[in-house]
Amino acid sequence: MSNNVENRTGFYYADILVGAVIIAILSFVLTWATHAHHYRPETGGISLGYAKLPLYALYSWLRMFFAYILSLLFTFVYAYLAAYNKRAEKILIPLLDILQSIPVLSFLPVVLLAFIALFPGSRLGVNLASVLLIFTGQVWNMVFALYNGLITIPRDLRESALSLNLSAWQRFRTLELPYAMVGLVWNSMMSWSGGWFFLMAAEMFSLGNRNYQLQGLGSYLQTAANQGQWDKEISGLIVLILVIVAMDQLIWRPLLAWSDKFKMELVEGSAKPRSAILMVLKRSVLLECLSQKLFVPLTEWADHLFGRTLPQISHKHSVQTVTGLIRSLVLAFSLIALFTALQGALHLISHWTWPQVATVLLAVGSTLLRVVISLLISVLWTVPVGVFIGSNPKWAQALTPITQIAASVPATALFPGLVALLIGLQGGLETASILLMVLGTQWYILFNVIAGASAIPEDLREATVMFRLRGWHAWRTLILPAIYPYLITGLITASGGAWNASIVAEYVSFHNHTYTTFGVGSLIAESSQKGQFSLLLLATGSLAVTVVVINRLIWRPLYNRASERYSLS
Amino acid sequence: MVQASREEKTRLIRLLGVTKMYTQPDKYDILVLDDITLDIYPGEFVALLGPSGSGKSTLLRIITGLSSPSFGTVLYRDRPVNGPNPKAAMVFQSFALYPWLTILQNVELGLVAKREDIAKRREKSLQLLDLIGLNGYEDAFPKELSGGMRQRVGFARALAVDPELLCMDEPFSALDFLTAENLRSELLDLWLESKIPTKAILMVTHGIEEAVYMADRIVILSKNPARIIADLPVRLPYPRNRKSPEFIDLVDYVYKVVTGRDDDKGAETETANATQVIPTAERTILQPIPYGHLSMLSGLLELVADRGGQDDLYHLGSELFLEVDDLLPVTETAELFHLAEVTEGDLTLTDLGREFVDSDVTERKGIIREQLKDVPLFRLIDRVLHNKANHAMPKEFFTDILEEHFSVSEAERQLVTAINWGRFADLFHYDPDTELLYLALDQQDPNDKANPNAELLQEK
Repeated sequence: MSNNVENRTGFYYADILVGAVIIAILSFVLTWATHAHHYRPETGGISLGYAKLPLYALYSWLRMFFAYILSLLFTFVYAYLAAYNKRAEKILIPLLDILQSIPVLSFLPVVLLAFIALFPGSRLGVNLASVLLIFTGQVWNMVFALYNGLITIPRDLRESALSLNLSAWQRFRTLELPYAMVGLVWNSMMSWSGGWFFLMAAEMFSLGNRNYQLQGLGSYLQTAANQGQWDKEISGLIVLILVIVAMDQLIWRPLLAWSDKFKMELVEGSAKPRSAILMVLKRSVLLECLSQKLFVPLTEWADHLFGRTLPQISHKHSVQTVTGLIRSLVLAFSLIALFTALQGALHLISHWTWPQVATVLLAVGSTLLRVVISLLISVLWTVPVGVFIGSNPKWAQALTPITQIAASVPATALFPGLVALLIGLQGGLETASILLMVLGTQWYILFNVIAGASAIPEDLREATVMFRLRGWHAWRTLILPAIYPYLITGLITASGGAWNASIVAEYVSFHNHTYTTFGVGSLIAESSQKGQFSLLLLATGSLAVTVVVINRLIWRPLYNRASERYSLS
Repeated sequence: MVQASREEKTRLIRLLGVTKMYTQPDKYDILVLDDITLDIYPGEFVALLGPSGSGKSTLLRIITGLSSPSFGTVLYRDRPVNGPNPKAAMVFQSFALYPWLTILQNVELGLVAKREDIAKRREKSLQLLDLIGLNGYEDAFPKELSGGMRQRVGFARALAVDPELLCMDEPFSALDFLTAENLRSELLDLWLESKIPTKAILMVTHGIEEAVYMADRIVILSKNPARIIADLPVRLPYPRNRKSPEFIDLVDYVYKVVTGRDDDKGAETETANATQVIPTAERTILQPIPYGHLSMLSGLLELVADRGGQDDLYHLGSELFLEVDDLLPVTETAELFHLAEVTEGDLTLTDLGREFVDSDVTERKGIIREQLKDVPLFRLIDRVLHNKANHAMPKEFFTDILEEHFSVSEAERQLVTAINWGRFADLFHYDPDTELLYLALDQQDPNDKANPNAELLQEK
């Protein structure tokens, strides 16, 4: 979500077309899925025994892994089309913008019904639905990362690849993939933490009056909280944290250290990420042998194979008919999509009533209020702390690992405990839901503020000391302007996360009792559980529109101004 | 006749009426290259010389097939070029090395594309690294190397594919003086002693000395749009001595050709030709202003005044370590303000120029303010700001007008320069936050009748 920092601020006809296409697909799947009634409720039977925990952790991890592989494949296809096909770009990029602002959990009933209908009487359907849900939470920022990478490749590098007559495959292998690698690795990390966030919701859900449960860490935690077994809850949390920390140490650190060589800088950077594990891997004889005997011949083989099958892009005559064909196909598709959209939307809209619309608008308003409050709370504590950590390298060294681990714990995993503590109090869920939003989003802001504060040049700091600017003056003239662009970047990501979290935060099943607080998130959760699709569409649509409008009209102008006026380069 | 037909057979590159235009959506087309016809023969070292922004890099990219002309044909050995020419290799100003590949992998890249097998391409690349003085660096990454070493890799990578035509886009201009000099003579050695199988070299440059030092033929391009204004052979024997009188004479002559062209004949043919593409009436109104820094202008004029009011441009350039590219905008600015005149490659101060040199900063601002009133762009700005009730106008208003005459980036550059000059001369203010050009109280003179000849506004 942090990558969509382009300069577009207005609206385009493409947005309208894109919106229509989404509605069409949604309504199509809905009608198809609701007509297939042969699904079987899945009650996976979660056992709270400690012995089951590793197995559950593995199940959850596998689901995340498949979702990630799916995201990766999708990312390559989508980003390539968007980056290299001007026509496709006009549709795909606004589409991406809208897709990423639709809350993941709104997809749940649609996806679930579809898959259960596809695989009647089998656990596969529910599992696939869960994977697909996690996928929708992981994929968008990765697509943006690759797309941004592809379109920002320096002209010289591109031309040198062309003038050396590299084939399309070779260009991908030596230029495009390496260039986008750093962004891809970072965003993979973000995607995984996003995946953990929705794990609980993606493993245990109810639809109508049926409950679906999948064996996994998420449903283990939720079951434990539901039954009030706090020792199980805590051990589940510990396993979750262990998995996350292990992933971090065994996969992400080495990957980050490895991807450092793909940075475009031509000077040796001072702070290189290091990883002991990567060093071990690099020095291992076995791997060296493998790479010589397997990897090198494989690339050679691929070079030969793809060099032959992929035609050199010699943008000439024969393509004319193909583009003509594609163009008419796209046109036909858009017409059909528009028609279906109109039909589907009309059908669903016919169920809307004015009181409903008013309720949804009010609900959007109250969730907006919660989002704003949670952002304010986050800013209030993260700015001083972040500036402190960022300007004291010693503290930064000690605190960074701690904050990183704290940040990696998905807030949703803590939520049941939080609810249990607060539910008895007056306005308990209200507080808990805001707290959940804070928990889920504060880290984006904190890390950005730290980055901003540590990027303040030493000579500017010294000048501030020389002129005896202290306290508020120093903050106003140096610190706040310097961290401003970073703060905005953090806030953009955080607000996206907060909106998404509202669905989990405003509607909680606990001790076989449902607690709700008024907001668009609870409307979405409730309508999806009760199968009220017209209300679900209305609520989801308003939420998506609100998020897109806020992005375009507030965040992007703020960001553009910040990067123009306050950038320190 | 016989000779001509033989020449035709051996001709390496033939450009026939190559024209390049950039189409702007809803705007006028910008003509970059205008009807370039050029032949390059085996054995030639051709320097393409022209001021920056003259489209010489575009021309080079068209010759290598990286970009295609809007009109006209490119023939390689009498065959049309469609797409990147495998017989040509390119050396880039920015080196364009892949930071994630080792030196050896970078050099091998072109051979990988040619599907040579591993052993062969390794042998070939190592041989080349040896030849170009990079042995021992095979496993290094580009970021570990100095600029000069990096450009050596750039050369090795280009030469690895045994190109018949070696194209170089300002290959030495990102290097420091000594490194560049060293690399130049090494390349010349390789070329003159036929250690490389290259048949012809084509180098884009804006350094006149560099062109005279290296090439045996210099093709000079004009600016806006680029046309060939001279095609001279360089018959000096190698190795060339920069101090020799013949060398200096030739550099001086090329200076004259490059600097003398813009104002007189160039302008006429430009407008005459432009009519074919773009309506003349609107075109002629806004002459582009050169983007000279005013502080550099003061410095240059003071220096010339110390020399007795006249000096040779080539002298001045080499003394100030300025390429003709950096010097020209400043001299053009001096001419625009009637502070100096350029004739035959000499810069002579006018009376106003002498007055300017003797003035203090405030008086200088006054002189420039007076002069600016005759510049169409400033007349336009002045008029608009004085006529508006609130004496303020958004920047986009002027950008939009300028974009009808120039490309988007050129329009932006024109306005940036105009704002700088306007601020210096205290003609108007500019607030970057609101992006407004406005008049301060002391600049608003109700009796100030701007030049009555400026009918620009009415035409808009």
